[in-house]
This record gives sequence, C-alpha cells and structure tokens, in this order.
Amino acid sequence: MGQIPTEHGLILAGLLFILGLVGLLARRNVIFMLLSVEIMLNAAGLAFVTAGARWNQPDGQVMFIFVLTMAAAEVSVGLALVLLLYQKFKTLDADAASRLRD
Amino acid sequence: MLDLLWLIPALPCAGFVVLAMVGSRLSRPVVASLGVISVGLSAAVALLVGVDFVWFWPENMYAQRLWTWIAVDRFTPAIGFSLDALSLVMILVVSVVGFLILLYSAGFMIGSEGYSRFFAYMNLFVGSMLTLVMADNLLLLYLGWEGVGLCSYLLIGFWHSDPANGRAAIKAFIVTRVGDASMAVGIFLIFVSLGTLQIEDVMQKAQITWAVGSGTAIAASALLLGGALGKSAQLPLQTWLPDAMAGPTPVSALIHAATMVTAGVYLIARTHVLFMLAPPVLTAIAVIGAITLLIAGVSALTQHDIKRVLAYSTISQVGYMFLALGVGAWSAAIFHFVTHACFKALLFLCAGVVIQGLDEEHNMFKMGGLRRVIPGTFWAFLVGAASLSALPIVTAGFYSKDLILMEAWSSQAGGGWLWLAGLTGAFLTSMYAFRMVFLTFFGEAKAEFHKRPDISMTIPLVILAALSIVVGFIETPRSLGSITFFSDFMESVLPELPAGALNTAVEISAPLASVIGLYLAYLLFLRRPRWTERITGTAAGSLLHAYWFSGWGFDWLYDWLIVTPLARAANWNKEDVIDLGYGAIAWVSTVSSMALALTQTGKIRWYAAAIALGALLFIGIVVLG
Repeated sequence: MGQIPTEHGLILAGLLFILGLVGLLARRNVIFMLLSVEIMLNAAGLAFVTAGARWNQPDGQVMFIFVLTMAAAEVSVGLALVLLLYQKFKTLDADAASRLRD
Repeated sequence: MLDLLWLIPALPCAGFVVLAMVGSRLSRPVVASLGVISVGLSAAVALLVGVDFVWFWPENMYAQRLWTWIAVDRFTPAIGFSLDALSLVMILVVSVVGFLILLYSAGFMIGSEGYSRFFAYMNLFVGSMLTLVMADNLLLLYLGWEGVGLCSYLLIGFWHSDPANGRAAIKAFIVTRVGDASMAVGIFLIFVSLGTLQIEDVMQKAQITWAVGSGTAIAASALLLGGALGKSAQLPLQTWLPDAMAGPTPVSALIHAATMVTAGVYLIARTHVLFMLAPPVLTAIAVIGAITLLIAGVSALTQHDIKRVLAYSTISQVGYMFLALGVGAWSAAIFHFVTHACFKALLFLCAGVVIQGLDEEHNMFKMGGLRRVIPGTFWAFLVGAASLSALPIVTAGFYSKDLILMEAWSSQAGGGWLWLAGLTGAFLTSMYAFRMVFLTFFGEAKAEFHKRPDISMTIPLVILAALSIVVGFIETPRSLGSITFFSDFMESVLPELPAGALNTAVEISAPLASVIGLYLAYLLFLRRPRWTERITGTAAGSLLHAYWFSGWGFDWLYDWLIVTPLARAANWNKEDVIDLGYGAIAWVSTVSSMALALTQTGKIRWYAAAIALGALLFIGIVVLG
C-alpha cells in the first residue's frame, strides 16, 4: 500500500472543514448544527493525523485522541442543551432561541 | 503676665466656636454677653500684657512660640506670636475698639435676625485680626489676613435675603482677592529667595542679601504692596469699600473703618525693612496714597448716603496713612491709624444710631434737625467729625494728620506736591465731614425719630468720643508742647525720620485748611444751600457731580474692562471648550457601541459566521503578511 500524499490528506481535511462550516451556517436544525460541528472537529483531527504522518511523529494521533474526547464532552453538553431547547420552545430551530439579544 | 499673650487671639476665637456651635439655641442676652465678654476679656488681657511689656519687660520684643504648624523640610512655620511696640499698639486698638463696637452691637442688633450668627462672625473677625497683628511669621499673618477677608465677606452679606447685599459681599471678596493673590506670590518669593518666613529673620536676611533697589527686593515689596492695596482699599482696588456699606453699621465701624482696612498699613509698617530696600515702591506708596486721598475726598463730598460718605472718608484717611508710609513717616502712619480707629468707629456708631432711629434712612438730605432730638449723639458725632477734620488743638485727628503733613513736607522722600495733596485732602475732609454734620443734625427736621439708643449703645459712644479727643495728646508737635511719647515708644520697631526744620507757614496751613473747609461747608450746606444747587445745576457741575458721585467711574471702568469681557467669555464658553474633546470621545464610543449592538442578533449561526470570518481574516493576515 503506497503512501498517501500529505496534500491529499490536507485537502480532504479542508473540504471536510468547509463542509461542516457550511452545514453549521446553513442548517437551522440544532441537531444538524451539532453534526456539522462534529464534522469540523473530525476535519481538524484528520489534519493532525496527516501532519503527524508527514513528520513521522505520534503527536498528531495523540492530538486526535484529545479532539475525540473533547468532541464527546461537547456533544453531551450540546445534546443536553438541545433537550432543554426543545422543552422550552417545542422546536429545534436555533433561530427561535434569540432572546439573549435583548 | 506675658505668658498670657496667646489668650488675646484665643479668647475671641473660642467665643466664635461656642457661638457657632450652640449659639442658635441660646437666648439673646446670653449670646450677647458671650460675644461681648470674650472680646472684652481679650482687651483686658491685652491691657495687662501691655502694661507688663512697657514697664517690666527689659527687651524690645517678646516672642511666644506655641507649636510648629507645618514641618516640611526647611519649611517650618510655627503658630507663634510676637509682641513689640507696633503689634502692641495694633492689639490694643483692635481689642479695645472691637470690644466697644461689640458692646454697641448688643443693643443695635437686638431686633435683627441671626443675632448669634452676627456675634459669631464678629468674634471670628476680632480673633483673625488679632492673629494677623500678632503673627511672628508671614504664613500665620496670611492666615489672619484671609480670616478677616472671610469675615468681611460674611458680614457684608449678613442680611443675605437682599441679593444686592450678596453682590456687595462678593465684590468685596473678589476685589480683595486680587490683592491677596499678589501678596501670596510675594510671600512665595520671599520664601524662595530668603528661605524663611519668620518676620524677624526675613528682615535681617533681606538687609544682608538684597542691595537697595535690587530687582528681587522691588518685586517682593511690590507684591506685598498689592495685598496691602486690596485690603486697605487704595487705588486701584478701592471700589469694594463703598459697596461694603451693605452690612450692618457696627460691621462697617469695626471692619471697614477701624481695623481691617488698616491691615495693609500694618503689613507695610511690619515689613518696612523690605520696603526701605525698594525706594521706587515707597515712592509709589506715597503717590498712591496722595491720589487716593484726593479722589476719595472729592467723592465723599458728593454722596447722599451717610455711610457712603464715611466709607469714602475711610479710603481717604487710609490714603493719608499710605502717604505717611511712603515718605518714611512710619510712626506717623500708625499714630493716624490709632486716632482714625477711634473717631471713625465713633462716627459710624453715631451714624448707626441715626439710621436706625429714622427707619433705615441712609439719605442725608432726608434727615435734618436731629441736634435737638438726640443731643448726646449729636455731640458725639460732632467730636468725631471735628477729629476727622483735624480741627486744631482740641482733637486727636489734628495731631496725627498734622504730623503726617509735616513729615510729608520735611522728609527726603516727600516734598511739596505730596504735602499739597495732603493739604487739599485736609480741606476736603473737613468740608465733607461738616457737610454731614450740617445736613444730618442742623436745619429742619424732615423725618420722625423712633428708636433712641439704649445704654449699651451710649457707653461706647461716650468712651470713643473721649478717646477721639484724648488720644491725640500722646504725640504733639514741637510748637505745641513737644510730647513725643508715641514716637519714642515706636522707635524700637520703626525708624524715625530726622526732624525737619520748623516751618511756620507749613505748620499753620494745615489747621487753616481744615477751618476753611469747615467754613465753606457751613456756607454751602447750611447757610446758603442755594449756592450748592446753583453750582450743581450747571451742565459742568452736574456732570462732575455725577462723575464724582459714582466714585470717579472706577466701577464703570472695571465693568467695561474686566467684568464684561470675562462675563462674555464665560457665556461664550458656557459649553466648555475643553470639554468638547472629551465629549467627542464619549460620543464616538456611544455611536460605535450602538453600531456594534446591531450585530448582536441572538442568532447563533450569525455568531458562528462571524467567528469563521474573523478566523479567516487573521489567518489571511498571518499567511499573506
């Protein structure tokens, strides 16, 4: 199995990140926004792993474990917030929860 | 006995503290006795100390240092008092005359609002004035100086419900403040160049450090002179005194005649060593005194208000003292201060009786014929007016004014012109003094007299009338007994002029001038009032009358020159130019905060987009830059 060029990995990570960002900005459903955030986190993780492979260092993979842990924590908090949001507004539309503006 | 020196200013100050704290809860007799007795005790202590000092103290000076006031490096002014011939005379006059005037006020003010407030202020005034004359350093002197200025402000505006009184008080405060600022700078200059404020040391060091006529000596003494001009109401800062008559009459008697206005004279006499190092300043003092005594004398001649006549006469008499100081006749100036304090207090107190009896009538042309109604006050007023006019032989004013004129003639610094100005002034003085007497006490009665003076008001009049005659005999010219008790006493502090040659013409002309003035007043204001009307009826006459009546237009000039431009500038600057810059900063942050507030939509996706954009921006900057 040949070596995957570093550029490919980085381009994939960038594409994934933009995909996640566009999803985050475009979707109004909170669940999909959380999913998009996960995609962005994974894009960042992929970039770490690719970079680690490029320099033959384990640090990239170590960082990915960190990202994974953080993502799990983030999702647990995020899902709790989603539940509360739904209880309060009976909707999953993020734009409905804009009362903090005032 | 001399240890009691500190009690002299402390007693009136204690009286002030007590009256200010609990005065409003005490009954009027208690308030009056507190106020009068504290100053009376102070006068008694002053007399005891004076006797002890003159007869039993071997040296020329006694100093009492109570404690160090401030200690900053070399700058260590003390609360300390010194007693010498000059300050003893000042202390005696201030406390005794002050006591008599307070005694008079006890009866005079009985029907007035704010009885305890009045006595509290008066006590504070006497205390400050005594501090001023007893201080052994310039800073403490300045404290007393500002204290009397403050009391003057409080007492001129005593009847504060009338805004005109408040304006008069503010005017007095601001005009004297101009002088005080100059004096403060003078004191700074003295400290910076001599390194001390102890008056004794300043005098000694100044003689060593400064040459006669050196720039620093001239600057320092000219700055001190500025303070003296303000406080003593001399040209060009004399405009506050006539308006200061808005206060109660005893206040005018105490502050604006007998004591406070002579603080400038005291200051110059006290620091005469400095002034002798600056001959141009001495000449300026003499010239200012001569001009002031003339223009104030002429103005006094045209006033209707009896108190304003007395106010202008005060300016004029203090002008005599300045003239004397300027020609180096130091003890003559102090002698005139003593006699002036007696007869001017007497005149004011008599005027108070008249004004109160006629229901606050100040206009002399609406008085008349009071000679038969209140004969006692008439005689007292006559004695005062005679003393003011320096009628020869019998009055105190004669001896002091004669001495000034003689020395103005014979002194090296003096001369014919200054003497002539003084002589003209003497003529004007007796003319306006007897104009007052004739208009007020002679002729037809024009108003009904209501309130006779009670016993507490009569006693001071009697004593002051007696003093107005007797005080003169402590110093008489060589042709009249040659008693030199006063100048011998003063010699330890103030240098004496070498005796000039006797000049009979000079000696006779002064009494002659006052007698002519008296006769002319009799002719113009009693015998032939038509003549006066004819003179003032002509175009030039009425114009001059109006000009002199307004005090030579100084008020108008200052209004035009200083007050109006300042008021206009203040009005123009109502929004505060300097604030504009800070206002702009506040405005910019308000507006930008409002603009930024628009971005706070509450929509989380907007925030995410903003974060992404921001990150992009920074990455862009880092990568491209």
